[in-house]
Amino acid sequence: MKTQKHPSGSTKSARLAVDIGGTFTDIVLEVGVKRHTQKILTTPKAPESAVIEGTTQILAQSGVTFASIDAFVHGTTLATNAIIERKGAKTALIATDGFRDVLEIADEGRFDQYDINIVKTAPLVPRELRFTVPERMDVMGAIRRPLDESAVVALCQRLREEGVESVAVALIHCYANASHEQRIGDILSRLCPEISVTLSSEVCPEAREFERTSTAVANAYVRPLMSGYLLRLQAEMHKRGYTSPIHLMTSGGSLASLETAAKFPIRLVESGPAGGAILAGRLAKARGEDRILSFDMGGTTAKICLIDNGLPRTARAFEMDRQSRFMKGSGSPIRIPVIEMVEIGAGGGSIARVDALRRILVGPDSAGAEPGPACYNRGGAKPTVTDADLMLGKIDPENFAGGSIKLQSDLAHAAISEHIATPLQQDVQTAAYGVAEIVDENMSNAARVHAVERGAAVADRTMIAFGGAAPLHACRLAEKLGIQRIIIPVDAGVGSAIGFLEAPAAYELVRSRYMRLDALDPAVVSQLLDEMEREATMHCRSAAGEQTLTARKSVFMRYAGQGHEIAIALLGHLGDASGTATLRNDFEHEYAKLFSRHIPGAAIEIMSWMVHVSTAVASPCVIPKCTTELAAVPKGKRQVFDAYQGLSLEVPLYERLALKPGMRIVGPAVVVEAGTSTYVSSTFDAALDAEFALVLTAKSAAR
Amino acid sequence: MTIVHGDIERQIMWNRLIAIVEEQAQTLLRTAFSPIVREAGDLSAGVFDAQGRMLAQAVTGTPGHVNSMAESVKHFIQHFGLGSMKPGDAYITNDPWMGTGHLNDFVVTTPCFYKGKLIGLFSCTSHIIDIGGIGFGPDGTDVFMEGLYIPFLKIFDEGRINDSLIAIIKANTRLPIDTIGDVYSLTACNDVGCRRLVEMMGEFQLDALDDLAAHICARSQAAVLSAIAKLPKGSWTNQMITDGYDDPITLAATTTISETGIHVDYAGTSAMASRGINVPLAYTTAYTVFGLSCIVAAQIPNNAGSLAPLTVSAPRSSILNAPKPAAVCARHIVGQMLPDVVFGCLAKAIPDKVPAEGTSCLWNLNVRGAVRAGADGNYGFTMAVTSNGGTGARPTANGLSATAYPSGVKGTPVEIAESIAPLIFWRKELREGSGGAGRTSGGDGQIIEIESGIDLPFELLAAFDRIDHPPRGRAGGLDGAPGVVAIKGGRILKGKGAQTINAGERLIVMTPGGGGLGDPAQRHK
Repeated sequence: MKTQKHPSGSTKSARLAVDIGGTFTDIVLEVGVKRHTQKILTTPKAPESAVIEGTTQILAQSGVTFASIDAFVHGTTLATNAIIERKGAKTALIATDGFRDVLEIADEGRFDQYDINIVKTAPLVPRELRFTVPERMDVMGAIRRPLDESAVVALCQRLREEGVESVAVALIHCYANASHEQRIGDILSRLCPEISVTLSSEVCPEAREFERTSTAVANAYVRPLMSGYLLRLQAEMHKRGYTSPIHLMTSGGSLASLETAAKFPIRLVESGPAGGAILAGRLAKARGEDRILSFDMGGTTAKICLIDNGLPRTARAFEMDRQSRFMKGSGSPIRIPVIEMVEIGAGGGSIARVDALRRILVGPDSAGAEPGPACYNRGGAKPTVTDADLMLGKIDPENFAGGSIKLQSDLAHAAISEHIATPLQQDVQTAAYGVAEIVDENMSNAARVHAVERGAAVADRTMIAFGGAAPLHACRLAEKLGIQRIIIPVDAGVGSAIGFLEAPAAYELVRSRYMRLDALDPAVVSQLLDEMEREATMHCRSAAGEQTLTARKSVFMRYAGQGHEIAIALLGHLGDASGTATLRNDFEHEYAKLFSRHIPGAAIEIMSWMVHVSTAVASPCVIPKCTTELAAVPKGKRQVFDAYQGLSLEVPLYERLALKPGMRIVGPAVVVEAGTSTYVSSTFDAALDAEFALVLTAKSAAR
Repeated sequence: MTIVHGDIERQIMWNRLIAIVEEQAQTLLRTAFSPIVREAGDLSAGVFDAQGRMLAQAVTGTPGHVNSMAESVKHFIQHFGLGSMKPGDAYITNDPWMGTGHLNDFVVTTPCFYKGKLIGLFSCTSHIIDIGGIGFGPDGTDVFMEGLYIPFLKIFDEGRINDSLIAIIKANTRLPIDTIGDVYSLTACNDVGCRRLVEMMGEFQLDALDDLAAHICARSQAAVLSAIAKLPKGSWTNQMITDGYDDPITLAATTTISETGIHVDYAGTSAMASRGINVPLAYTTAYTVFGLSCIVAAQIPNNAGSLAPLTVSAPRSSILNAPKPAAVCARHIVGQMLPDVVFGCLAKAIPDKVPAEGTSCLWNLNVRGAVRAGADGNYGFTMAVTSNGGTGARPTANGLSATAYPSGVKGTPVEIAESIAPLIFWRKELREGSGGAGRTSGGDGQIIEIESGIDLPFELLAAFDRIDHPPRGRAGGLDGAPGVVAIKGGRILKGKGAQTINAGERLIVMTPGGGGLGDPAQRHK
């Protein structure tokens, strides 16, 4: 366990955050200005055990009791893992007659055009558990065929016989009229109250039947497991004297009440990465940085997220459980509010190889923790990014992961020699350079494409790098992206859990309601938005308590006839012509920004409306600038290959724990710490700021 | 050391070009109007050097654009001349023989300049739902009936839009908003690609793409040749019969694998048809090469080098090399069969690598009709709902149900289709048991039922195949179920041509199942 002075806290309150990951459960306790952190192995069968055990330990060491914890924020990958490992509930689907196979027909596409042997994701509900009932809404929400309630009643018996634990109801056009879904929900809860019911019109009231059904089914699949777990956790916490509410971190980067989370557990997937993004936003704000690229690189993947003015970008959908090498389209679409990030198969464990074109390919397959990179000496024979980093001198073999794993350079050398250098007829160092360079290029391409798809530039951003492998690659990535400033925070290993404590309570609701902008009826719109605001406020209030709530509204618009919308903030009222004129101007402006020119005179339509209700986020205290400047003292020297110069250089080696605020390091240099090491390349210098973060600045931008 | 660094940097620049064309394609997808582009992904995008060699192409839903677009840029260069090209120019055509095979595909090519010098060209193409004429169906008897024919013209002249051309296009389509919107979308995506290429030139301190282009082409060509070197050498033949318009069509192929490449010759194939299912040679080449690539060189990116060793010929005036002014509107019905024809040859050389026959041609529901009684003409709506049958059984796995192959376009959501046209889809479900049995079985097709939602008739512009000639099983595998087009509980409809569905009638479409592979008794679980 580690204890560290937390710089910006001021009250004496005790706040607990727990992030359950696949391998580790991270626990952070902030007591006044002190931060305690702890990592404990996850207990997959009863995840609450590790939470309680770890919390008990951290409380004992900090002299706090369960009863005196003021707030508890929790995030977990349990829902994600249940889907990936297919360990959710026995789930059935009830669909409109004639639409039994929406899940399986999916988008009728192939995620790899040239591979005739692709295997598609198996639906979470097999065909024998997909049922239909006579009913039909049309696109305007008018009933074309009334619901046959006797068919629903008959179905209840069937569901029981099959031992179904959870049901998703997903009817055609239910986003336009949810009455049939609601009626089915009523009948099921009356006749088989033991079965959990998810209505697609509640979890995702948006057009496109495959995406909506997929989201509802995923929610139903994890709901019994998640609500069971959450209620057990709550009981265990209460038993030990914790009395305040438990808040859950959502993939959208905000907090939900335990009740909301138990109803819509699908909103909890990806909460860990969301916590990391929230943390990056706060670190940036505390330093007066308003345009950020967060870069989180671990063992298997790298995640990149854009953060403006402390707020990570959000999206309305993502793809879960990609079956095939992170390829787009190989997973299941989930439509929920998410912090938008690009995730690629590029981590320390990513495996490198040479293809038929004599090109070096890296990832997305990973050696993981077992067998791990060749240099771990656990039976891994394939060269990985970590092996290349070791060969290039960026990692200290004696001090990897706090010295817990002794790295074997000779094994890394052999793996790279056999699989990369020999086929390319090159020396090992050049081959290692190639591996590192390709993974850095892959990440920079992903970052660039992600940014440009959103009309954002990257070169003027500050990078915040965390996760075990990020500090090794941050400089080269920044060089490729033209980024001039990098911040490497302290405690990056438990960054997600720290981020949980900074998240606002919020609820976001999107509803499809088609309208032409030139025929917009303000009365209809204001009724719709009021309804949505009431519903979102209800969910948010349960997590926010007495805090003041504010609502943001947006409109998803496009040119009439297009298929993809862009979100435009709704600032004023739509009561009159000037309101719609403003909306048209805002849309055309945003469109031109994204796609280089707008289309003169074309009609505009509105597909969906969004209401986002949240508590305010207090601005962090701005940390003081260091006034002192001291030269740091190296503890030794090391040979490192500098990619920018294409040369092997002898560089000084520093220990991060020995550095004090204001100390400066001239690149090239290596800074080692327990969790990772930072390579300061020949184009950067570094300094430690008042919060002990390592701040790297390009020499070309020296202030 | 230096040479290898050069190599690694070239690989990085190559990756960058691929990222650029993917972004170009994404821009097109996000800004497109036609549902077949925006929902189904019927589009293509690529970057070319100043000689017109394709250096990278986005992997999108349309193999039919693979070589055809690569060839079309050479035609643009020949027509306009590199010397006359200026920054801000963009050129357009829908010539089926110079572009991608029918008038419904607009091809836009934009020269890209860096430091005042032309360094390359960006080209893209997307499917326009209505280009006038008799509409998007196979009933035309020559190309002039099939709609507006746009020769090589400037759509932008040094940044100024060609208003006259826009007015002509607008006046000649039933969907002026979508069509003009898509013209803007096509030009915008090339602009985005060019902007990115210019940034790349600066970053890597390049003045020209020549060296990189040579590297890409040489590496790719060598890789394809080395894949071919591992194959047995010789010639193998195959024949397949498809439904055709009036009479069945024989597609005959001889595939020759040699040290220098693979050549497919279609001698023995039927003559041109009287109606719009004829195929221009560029499109024949595209689908043939796509099929070959899937089996031989799936992991090698498309470019001038990788395509060079794969060559195609077809007798002039056969249905696979139909000259202007043949009717070509529904050329995909025949063109998309070609991978299956080639697989039949390859199955004799490398049987354990090749799938059985599948549905192969898209089963698009091309429908049109009035939106209200007495309003907006007879064709107030025109829509193409992309849908698919089952694919052929694969050596290692069953075929895929309701999945496009060789086309890669996606299906159209019912909720989106019903927001575009006043129709009710009463059913869209898998057609159980339609895949042919085998050691591995074919994928299932689907059953779709549609009725007018407003008590008015609507028209089906049928362009289906595999009704009289279902996908064949191989090596003891059974055939897939044939397709069916009918009125529910009533008359059988034709597989090709415009037909009316009356108010109150339900159109029922059953897409074919894929063929099985191997003896069903040895069923692979």
